[in-house]
Amino acid sequence: MLKRMSNPPHSGGCPVADPLLRVDKLVRRFGGVVATDHVSLDVANGELHAIIGPNGAGKTTLISQLTGHLAPNSGSVWLAGRDITNLPAYRRSALGLARSFQITSLLKDFTAADNVALAAQAHSGHSFRFLADARREAPLRRAARAALERVGLAVRAEVLVSKLSHGEQRELELAVALATKPRLLLLDEPMAGLGATESARMVKLLSELRHEVTIVLVEHDMEAVFALADRISVLVYGRVIASGVPSDIRRNEEVKRAYLGDQHVATLHG
Amino acid sequence: MKRPPNVQNLVAALVVAGLLLLPIYSLLTGNVFALTLFTRIVILALAACSLNLIMGYGGMMSFGHAAYLGIGGYAVGILAHEGIGSGFAQFPAALAASAIYALVIGALSLRTRGVYFIMITLAFAQMAYYVASGLARYGGDDGLTIYKRSDFAGLINLSNRVQFYYLCLACLLGTVVLIWRIVNSRFGLVVQGLRSNEQRMQAIGFPAKRYKLVCFVIAGTMCGLAGALLANNTDFVSPAMMYWTRSGDLMVMVILGGMGSLFGPVIGAVVYLVLEELLSQVTEYWALIMGPLLLLIVLFGRGGIMGLLASRS
Repeated sequence: MLKRMSNPPHSGGCPVADPLLRVDKLVRRFGGVVATDHVSLDVANGELHAIIGPNGAGKTTLISQLTGHLAPNSGSVWLAGRDITNLPAYRRSALGLARSFQITSLLKDFTAADNVALAAQAHSGHSFRFLADARREAPLRRAARAALERVGLAVRAEVLVSKLSHGEQRELELAVALATKPRLLLLDEPMAGLGATESARMVKLLSELRHEVTIVLVEHDMEAVFALADRISVLVYGRVIASGVPSDIRRNEEVKRAYLGDQHVATLHG
Repeated sequence: MKRPPNVQNLVAALVVAGLLLLPIYSLLTGNVFALTLFTRIVILALAACSLNLIMGYGGMMSFGHAAYLGIGGYAVGILAHEGIGSGFAQFPAALAASAIYALVIGALSLRTRGVYFIMITLAFAQMAYYVASGLARYGGDDGLTIYKRSDFAGLINLSNRVQFYYLCLACLLGTVVLIWRIVNSRFGLVVQGLRSNEQRMQAIGFPAKRYKLVCFVIAGTMCGLAGALLANNTDFVSPAMMYWTRSGDLMVMVILGGMGSLFGPVIGAVVYLVLEELLSQVTEYWALIMGPLLLLIVLFGRGGIMGLLASRS
């Protein structure tokens, strides 16, 4: 199952038939730095695909190219067989791609419910409606409540985002993404900055969600990654050095050398 | 966003009551000047409210908003000069011209943000100023006198001070109500969301620029109405209506009253223009007093006067 990448890779990492997301030889440079170096990977329908790698490996850069916040220099991104490489972020969202941000990115002066309701609104008709009170649109409020309940934030619905704790904001990020009814959820370090209890709650939440939606998970928390992932791709210096099921990644010598280092080996073998 | 009775709403209600009763005061005391002053205040308050829609709610710091005063005014002035005196032609022309200008300027300006947006909107307004200065047929630099106010076929007589005042006040209150509906609508929430976090709004599926542009056009059109009223008020239009200092005055009114508060710009316009009037009677160096006053209010209440009132309640 594990496929070693030649240098540079010629084809998709771990190709699957009829993938939901296909990334093909994606390249992004910042000046002399190649942040994304011919990255190819396939994400199958229904799987939870984790992307791991040391700091500065280009994980967030890759996610930003998948969501359309950053344009690649070359290569292509396909969602359900459709080339979305040149689509702006909002069009990708309409096609069912949702993301959470590594650094919490919410509407701070809105309530939690408003944040989620706006996400639902973006996917229920156009918003060139100027007179009717949007907060009285029952379907939007219901969708918001459902998404908040899903992440356990229903009791905090009417609280301003700026008054929520960091952990609650991370959960709200997820609720906002869910409210767009995505086919593919890109989660950029959802556990970032969370305490042990909060992390455990997030892992439990993700383990439930993985049965409902295809997920690409970028995460530093190795325990969480190996517990959740169907497959893992390892990114080092912008390049996919390995891609496969967790047990293969665990055994992969190149991965151990390049990324995991001594302090992580214990976890891997644990 | 709930609105329980509080100090802010009380003050707003008092101001509205005062504005409604002003002509009666003027008739009883024979103080015609108060009515003239407040007609101008009401018109500029309308302009400030429209600026607040993009600046306060939309986060678009336009430094060229006076251009719409000029465009609305010139639409009335030019049509009057060419013998078309009907308000039913002049006012729609003023609104349409402002909307088209806003559409073009907005489409270009909204490619930029931050300081660049401020500078480009300023630059376009100054261009409009120089274009008006170059209209030799319509008075050029000297401006254009309007010999007859807009004619509404007997429905309302704009030459009657009281009737004209109430027309302006109706336009102002109508605009405030419209903005209130807009900011709570789907569209309004999107615009405010874009002010708060544009990247997030794009990620959840909103095409940012489209919504901002429409907001920009709505605000410009509203201000064009203020321009048409202003031209009727002064019986005169000149390039000075859209000079950059006038745009600055409008920004001061909005910031003074409270950016992003529904009624703030009205309060801001009343306070700013009444102070200007009172201080200029005392000394010709009134700006020396006005400056520090504004500074204090902005320093101690980041939400302007409305912000100060909110912290009291």
